[in-house]
Amino acid sequence: MAILPADASAAAIPDSTVRHRLDGQTVLRYVLIGLLGLFLYFFVLYPMSQVLWRSLLDNDGGFIGAANYVRYFSTPAIAASITNSLYVSVVAMIITVGLAFVYAYALTRTLMPWRGVFRVIAMLPIFAPSMVQAIAFVFLFGNNGIWTRTTGINIGVYGAKGIVMAEVFYCFPHAMLILIAALSASDARLYEAAAALGASRLKTFFTVTLPGVKYGLMSACFVVFTLVITDFGAPKIIGGKFSVMATEIYNQVIGQQNFTMGATVSVVLLIPALVAFVVDRLVQRRQYALVSSSAKPLEPRKNPLVEGGLFAYCVIIAASITSIYLVTLVVSLVARWPYNLTLTLKHYSFDAVGVWTRLFGTVYVYTPLLNSIYVSLLTAVVGTAIAFIGAYLVEKCRTVASTPLYMISLLPLSIPGMVLGLAYIFTFNVSGSILNRLYGTLAILIISNLVHYFTVPFLTATTSLKQMDAEFENVAASMGVPFYKTFWRVTVPIALPSIIAISMYFFLNAMVTLSAVVFLVAPGTELAAVAVLLMDDAGDTEQAAALSVLIVAVGLAVRFVYWLAMRRVTRRAQAWTQTAPDQLTVMGTGSLA
Amino acid sequence: MRRPSRRLVVLALALAMLSGAALAGPAAAKDTVVIYTALENEQITDYKQGYEKSLPNIDVKMLRFSTGDISARFMAEKDNMQADVIWGVAATNMLIFKNAGLLEPYAPKGLERIQPLFRDKTTPPSWVGIDIYMSAFCVNTEVGKKNNLPMPTSWADLTKPVYKGHLVMPNPNSSGTGYLSVVSILQRMGESEGWKYLDALDKNIAEYTKSGSKPCKDAAAGERAIGVSFEYVAQAMKKKGSPVEMVIPKEGAGYELEANGLTRKGKNNPAAKQFLDWAISNEAMGFYAKYWAAVAVAGFPVPEGLPKDISKVVYPNDFDWSGKNYNRILAEWTKRYAK
Repeated sequence: MAILPADASAAAIPDSTVRHRLDGQTVLRYVLIGLLGLFLYFFVLYPMSQVLWRSLLDNDGGFIGAANYVRYFSTPAIAASITNSLYVSVVAMIITVGLAFVYAYALTRTLMPWRGVFRVIAMLPIFAPSMVQAIAFVFLFGNNGIWTRTTGINIGVYGAKGIVMAEVFYCFPHAMLILIAALSASDARLYEAAAALGASRLKTFFTVTLPGVKYGLMSACFVVFTLVITDFGAPKIIGGKFSVMATEIYNQVIGQQNFTMGATVSVVLLIPALVAFVVDRLVQRRQYALVSSSAKPLEPRKNPLVEGGLFAYCVIIAASITSIYLVTLVVSLVARWPYNLTLTLKHYSFDAVGVWTRLFGTVYVYTPLLNSIYVSLLTAVVGTAIAFIGAYLVEKCRTVASTPLYMISLLPLSIPGMVLGLAYIFTFNVSGSILNRLYGTLAILIISNLVHYFTVPFLTATTSLKQMDAEFENVAASMGVPFYKTFWRVTVPIALPSIIAISMYFFLNAMVTLSAVVFLVAPGTELAAVAVLLMDDAGDTEQAAALSVLIVAVGLAVRFVYWLAMRRVTRRAQAWTQTAPDQLTVMGTGSLA
Repeated sequence: MRRPSRRLVVLALALAMLSGAALAGPAAAKDTVVIYTALENEQITDYKQGYEKSLPNIDVKMLRFSTGDISARFMAEKDNMQADVIWGVAATNMLIFKNAGLLEPYAPKGLERIQPLFRDKTTPPSWVGIDIYMSAFCVNTEVGKKNNLPMPTSWADLTKPVYKGHLVMPNPNSSGTGYLSVVSILQRMGESEGWKYLDALDKNIAEYTKSGSKPCKDAAAGERAIGVSFEYVAQAMKKKGSPVEMVIPKEGAGYELEANGLTRKGKNNPAAKQFLDWAISNEAMGFYAKYWAAVAVAGFPVPEGLPKDISKVVYPNDFDWSGKNYNRILAEWTKRYAK
């Protein structure tokens, strides 16, 4: 009986109409899937194949097999960059994850005051290019730094020590976010059982707490390791004579335009990044099964002694992070650090090339900063659209292409930014090719950003789509509503918090990224983060500090707008559901690779 | 559900229009000239006021890197040339560009005023010089006193063990200043003695920097005691209030010309020639003369603090030798000192 009305309504529509409409929709679906495929081919697969291929050629384009690799590994000075990279990455990883674990533990498992404040302060490095930490450490611990001048003790900041210090601060929030997520997902029943069995706090920590977050710890380790080994901003500034693989690529490409050697180092750099990525995926897959649906969230209990100690610890960490940004701000505001401490704004009148754009009247903006904001904005809008629609096509329009498209979408996460930038030079700086039109434009910067940071938004969108019941689509389809209407009226509004979080992620990363775009900027398309690097290269450290301050300020302002938008959206469109308070946290970290 | 979606549409449309407008670029029909340069940032900012006023019809797009870097980029783009004009890049590198067939000979207006040393000998010339700069040491007296460092007066002094870890020098691969210093040492001492000297110098070097001005700026900031750099930046740092002294080594400083040229881009760009004409005009020379001890046209006053007659303080440079051996010297240098 229940079937009857449905049959009747279907009969009311002429058969041909249904067929036609279905066909039109199917075609549209296939076209969209095809476009996604083309996008991933031209901007991910093809460029990466170019890097692999070029590493087998000499600089004149002749095939020489593995000769570049032989040369790389047999030049002791250059090969040292491999061990150097591994060394700083492992040391920074251990220190960062150790420090961040205690910090995250204090924030999630105690009731100490100021937890919100500590968390916000620890997020600060997300808003700054990795160079800022290094610049600040020079001002603090350099040969003429505040510490060195007042105590007379020179810790020798240039080299591995400085790189590790800068990277620890740069990676701290990324590790902290993962560990907060891991520590929050705990099962109180395990702790109750431990207490019932008479286990001491220490024993409970080692038998319940640590095993419970082991996947989070591993994930944090991989993220930090990858961030450090692929970063070149900090080693460039504070590395002194200590060369790492990322700076080696930069020197080979920017300094000597030795593209084949750059490609060779790139391929070698891909290996640890790929390994970290694969292991991390395997680990994460297992982690989902860990917390069962019947788990009870753990309610932290008061413990003044532990809290006191952890509070002091958090104060020290938060004060250290704050001091980095404070010293950067102060240096940018005084005439000649440390000799003339008169307040001045002159370092903000940047005299690097490309200079100022008139907005209106007498209002001028530093062009690279304007370019950065513009590129970040478009990366956010276009990137969010592609990542979300892409995830929708893969997740909700199952075809044979779904699995390969999904796999390729994960690939960018394991591509270090510099390698991507180099791949784009190979792809787009080819005379006669239609792709050449993009070379030297802002568009190529936007594309490289949205590919560089594609995977995390794609996965976030996939997760958020997976949570949506397939009944929505089924019901809509059976009522004859085309899929794009369902997408626009149902899917998008439900997923709005994820969408806003994704755009935020794209924006913030595009604002501070250096590695991919440093090879792609052209006259007229300079970006702020690249300008910071060039300023420091030229020895204009105060200006580099001033521009860094502005980058951080823009990031914070946008983050504030995001917070407002999120509050509004959660209140209005999402009134019926209980979403996570902050989707950015759910997305885990900022800029892997 | 409808309201937020409609708003989203409006927002998306607005952003799309914004992006369209910005990608299309300024509507005004200005002639674009893409310039690659190695001139100092703060100088370009100054010169800019001149060319923007004198050449209002030209939209200058500029890329600035250190000499070696901008040259390498220009060479790498030879099949897909982006630059119209090279402005203020070392003559040594201009010779290499010329030999690679990347420069279009062009005689800018007013060429007859240029002193013979400052131009390519062929007619029309492939490159025309604008100024001379020379290597100089920047010594931070405060840091020197704290570490009991004697004031160095010569290249030979710099290899003394007392300076170990206190010296910075530009990497000749990227920096024109770095290359001219190395090449001048090799020309003066001969190759075998020259490399021996550089081996000894390397033991004292704390860091090889990317740009030629950074060693002096690091010395000025007190991060290093002595930076091997060039004369203009030493004066500039002193004026800014840092405790630095400029030392011109008594064996003779290395020197280099900075020159301009038209690139062989394949299409005629009158605006590029217009810019090159301006770049050797008296107005432009007036700007250069604010910074440099010698400019291509005679009769401009020498800035305060710089030697009045630089021929007395520099060691002569054989530019042909310098250009011909560029790649070989850099490869040798990299093999020995790049870590």
